[in-house]
Amino acid sequence: MADQIEWVALAVFVFFFALVTVMGFFAARWKAGPVNDHLDEWGLGGRQFGTWITWFLIGGDFYTAYTVIAVPALVYAVGAYGFFALPYTIIVYPFVFAVMPVLWKVAHANGHVTAADVVHGTYNSRGLELAVAITGMVATMPYIALQLIGMGVVIKAMGLTGELPIVAAFIVLALYTYSSGLRAPALIAFVKDIMIYIVVLVAVVVVPLKLGGYGAVFSAANDAFTAKGGATGLILKPAQMLPYATLALGSALAAFMYPHTLTGIFASKSADTIRKNAILLPAYTLLLGLIALLGYMAYAAHIKVETPNDVVPALFKALFPSWFAGFAFSAIAIGALVPAAVMSIGAANLFTRNVWKSYVNPGISHAGEAAVAKIASLVVKVGALAFILFLPTQYALDLQLLGGLWILQTFPALVFGLFTRWFRAEGLLLGWAAGIVWGSWTAWSNGLKPLATIDLGGNAYVFYVGLGALILNVAIAAVVTLIVSRISPVRRAETSA
Amino acid sequence: MWILLLLPFIGLLWVPFYNFLEPALFGFPFFYWYQLAWVPISSVLIWLVYRSRKPDEAS
Repeated sequence: MADQIEWVALAVFVFFFALVTVMGFFAARWKAGPVNDHLDEWGLGGRQFGTWITWFLIGGDFYTAYTVIAVPALVYAVGAYGFFALPYTIIVYPFVFAVMPVLWKVAHANGHVTAADVVHGTYNSRGLELAVAITGMVATMPYIALQLIGMGVVIKAMGLTGELPIVAAFIVLALYTYSSGLRAPALIAFVKDIMIYIVVLVAVVVVPLKLGGYGAVFSAANDAFTAKGGATGLILKPAQMLPYATLALGSALAAFMYPHTLTGIFASKSADTIRKNAILLPAYTLLLGLIALLGYMAYAAHIKVETPNDVVPALFKALFPSWFAGFAFSAIAIGALVPAAVMSIGAANLFTRNVWKSYVNPGISHAGEAAVAKIASLVVKVGALAFILFLPTQYALDLQLLGGLWILQTFPALVFGLFTRWFRAEGLLLGWAAGIVWGSWTAWSNGLKPLATIDLGGNAYVFYVGLGALILNVAIAAVVTLIVSRISPVRRAETSA
Repeated sequence: MWILLLLPFIGLLWVPFYNFLEPALFGFPFFYWYQLAWVPISSVLIWLVYRSRKPDEAS
């Protein structure tokens, strides 16, 4: 990467960054409500977001900046296997359509703000509530750190070195999230998403024109993989098929268990808003599929990079004028701000409702909740920043990977209760613990690869460890529920339907 | 109608069904355009289910 500062790109970047900063502070007055009086206002934007705002908000925080950097990087490095993000972000929507409106109704009827609120409302179990809340907070932290890494990659590409730019950007983000709450990322998401759409549409039309068409792009990638060998290529090796499918399924089931995606669900105006979004959000998946192809375009453009993460910035610098590269880099950096803000709000809501209110101050007022959440969002962001500044980058990547398998273990506690009252809290809690322990241990002993191997009748099957942990989780939850139902047929009072 | 929601899972998770280079379309190997095609197909399937729901489910 060049070490010279790209002044034109930097000027464009600074302009857009300043624009969204102003919008972030202004957002407190957008669709105005009493931001400091109620957690529903600060933490959920007043529960009033209609179809389009929700589309931009969930699109903006589910398809993160890190995705734009990391998916093409993985595709560049290994080929077809990196495309599992595509089936993952398709099959997630039938699931969202079937399940999330039901979850919204329960949350809306009872004033729930977080997944752990819903779980407590369903099972009346403080233990299960705390398990879901802590899993959410722990899984979110490294995810925020990854957004910083994504931002760092494009800042480096513009020739800025050192950690000061990232620290400055993050302080600005922390301040307007503090003052405006969820309204800030919701408003900024409009700018971010439109910018990303422009960048990607231009890239997928112009880049192949410059490089000789998609046929040439794929054949350049094919040549590179043939030379490289190993488990790479334009299609999957037979041994990669099961990992590919299980990663896609496991990731899809985990995606809407995260606090940031659920915050988008709870902030919607109605169940129908969510159903319409399940139909409309796949537009972003099309975009993601095209973004992934940037990894192949890099081969056709003869891009050489030190680390795969530099592929996207290097491609834009090589093929576009400086001002457009600056525009693309701003889109990616702003694309980091939206999810980072929503993630910190989601984690702050969990801390406030399910740790502070449940254990420290049960009599807290609505305004008190908002105040605690605002402080918590600052702490979460400072934590993520410290993570990036003081620990090796690899830790954030490894923890993010483990975070995906951890958050997936909250699936039975959150989702099953929406459809059946059969499961007992004791079973779900033990299942959660077993899934987390087995999954983490297996991933750890495989050198932090997300895959597990099982021998059945002499054949070794390799699959996504999170999905294996989920199956174990459900099995244990069912067995323990059977035992507990025998011992005490009358269950504890439950507070909501 | 709700059974339509299962089709994307079947179409995309049964990988041996689409792990091929040919036939290519506009320079895209089959593996890629097949999966990309599932994006609009899934949207339409969800929309069909959405439209077929009884009015009393609407809220």
